[in-house]
Amino acid sequence: MTDSNTAPVADPVGAGDVVVDVRDAHYSVGGREIFSGLSLHAMKGQITAVMGPSGTGKTTLLRLITAQIHAQTGQVMVFGENLAELNRGQLFALRRRMGMLFQNSALLTDINVFENVAFPLREHTDLPESLIRNLVLTRLNAVGLRGAAALMPAELSGGMARRVALARAVVMDPELLIYDEPFVGLDPIARGVIMRLVQQLNQALGITSIIVSHDVRELAKIAHRSYLMAAGKIVAEGTPEELAASQSPIVRQFMSGDPDGPSPFHYPARDLANQLLSDPPTKARLPVPGARP
Amino acid sequence: MSTAVAQDGFILGSLARVGRTAIFLLKVLAQCGRVLGRPSLVVNQIYNAGGRSLVIIMLSGLFTGMVLALLGFTLLQRFGSEDALGFAAALALLKELGPVLTALLFAGRAGTALTSEIGLMRATDQLTAMQMMAVDPLRYVVAPRFLGGVISMPLLNAVYCMVGLFGAHLVGVRMMRIDNGSFWSQMQSAVALRDVTEGIVKSLAFGFICSLIAVYEGYHSEPTAEGVGLATTRTVVASSVLTLLLDYMLTAAFL
Repeated sequence: MTDSNTAPVADPVGAGDVVVDVRDAHYSVGGREIFSGLSLHAMKGQITAVMGPSGTGKTTLLRLITAQIHAQTGQVMVFGENLAELNRGQLFALRRRMGMLFQNSALLTDINVFENVAFPLREHTDLPESLIRNLVLTRLNAVGLRGAAALMPAELSGGMARRVALARAVVMDPELLIYDEPFVGLDPIARGVIMRLVQQLNQALGITSIIVSHDVRELAKIAHRSYLMAAGKIVAEGTPEELAASQSPIVRQFMSGDPDGPSPFHYPARDLANQLLSDPPTKARLPVPGARP
Repeated sequence: MSTAVAQDGFILGSLARVGRTAIFLLKVLAQCGRVLGRPSLVVNQIYNAGGRSLVIIMLSGLFTGMVLALLGFTLLQRFGSEDALGFAAALALLKELGPVLTALLFAGRAGTALTSEIGLMRATDQLTAMQMMAVDPLRYVVAPRFLGGVISMPLLNAVYCMVGLFGAHLVGVRMMRIDNGSFWSQMQSAVALRDVTEGIVKSLAFGFICSLIAVYEGYHSEPTAEGVGLATTRTVVASSVLTLLLDYMLTAAFL
């Protein structure tokens, strides 16, 4: 395991096997720095986990990797292509090699489950209807929802919607699958099902996977390599075992879920007693979101 | 000083908004050709924007026609020209009330639905999901809805005018006992093709502007509940004001 403070990520060896390569990315919004020299890479055929406390920019990192936003400085390479240099057509061609599972599933609400999964096939291929039907039903069967093909997204539970979204994400046989918080809000059964599916997709089809999550235990079971994000950069990386054995204070704090440590639980504020005693009792001045105390 | 700065800011902001809308329109128009190749997408939106607005359009048309006949009859009776009621109602409906009121109702019913639907798609990441599937939301979501709105408006206007004339006939002939033959013949002889054309041109222009505003506001709404609400409000306000402004300009152009 390496702490990035002491050993920054170097150019990965065997660049042909690197699917995603983020180098020294800086990104800020409204004066707030989200990434300050973030570097990481995802190797072909591996499951790469990106962990970190809430608000550290994990989802923003996925938006960076999928070129929904661009780094202000630094480089983001996917399949060997520099995302900042791609035009719209090239970017769409690249995205056809990717699949993404959104945190809120993002199913199209005006069409049913079958049509949601068939959507990329209908948009990008001229396959006959019978073949589309077979492909969709096969994918739905893999996530255990073949029987729900006629349901509308509003009729699905959160776990079912996540599975449908997963079926849709893999229907075009992507080389890279990106998962944004795939375990959030799921019951233990749905969580286990999703985890097994992620693992099966990786093992059976060799799909490169990037999972953004803060579920340490789940990720430890399936990830080949994990990164820990804090304060806009990667603070630690390694196999799940290496992270678990790390003595780094921030890694220890995150892995054991301690409120006190290098990563503060409290948003910066003045002393509680001072605030309670000084503010008028009838008109409490609540902090404005985003404003500095 | 600060007032002048604020005015400059408002003017610049408004101009920037017009520019952004124009660029957005060009992008949507660029997708319209491809969308017409998949008519089912547009037909669905004609149903959503037009079909689902039929009840409110017909009810409003009926009552407008009835009120028009009542007021028209009272006025024309003073000059002994009650027989001209059909002609007066037809002109008012075809040239002015039909297109304008249809557009205002369209903005309130279909325009808000379009804005909130697209805004919610943005808020729930559906538009982002499409982009991630290498599908342009402008082509799949925006262009069909825009075209559906533009096509729906003249059709709704035609229904509005037809039902309005029925309402005028109901009050004028059935209640006020104007001669049925005079009602229709006066209308037939006095209403020219130019009057009908004016109504069609107006409704097409209103359909264009109302649909554009609705899809633009939805597509650019903040992805929050409040953001979608504000976008919906802006749709109604901007559509209504621009409809009335455009109506004045077109009326002047047709004089």
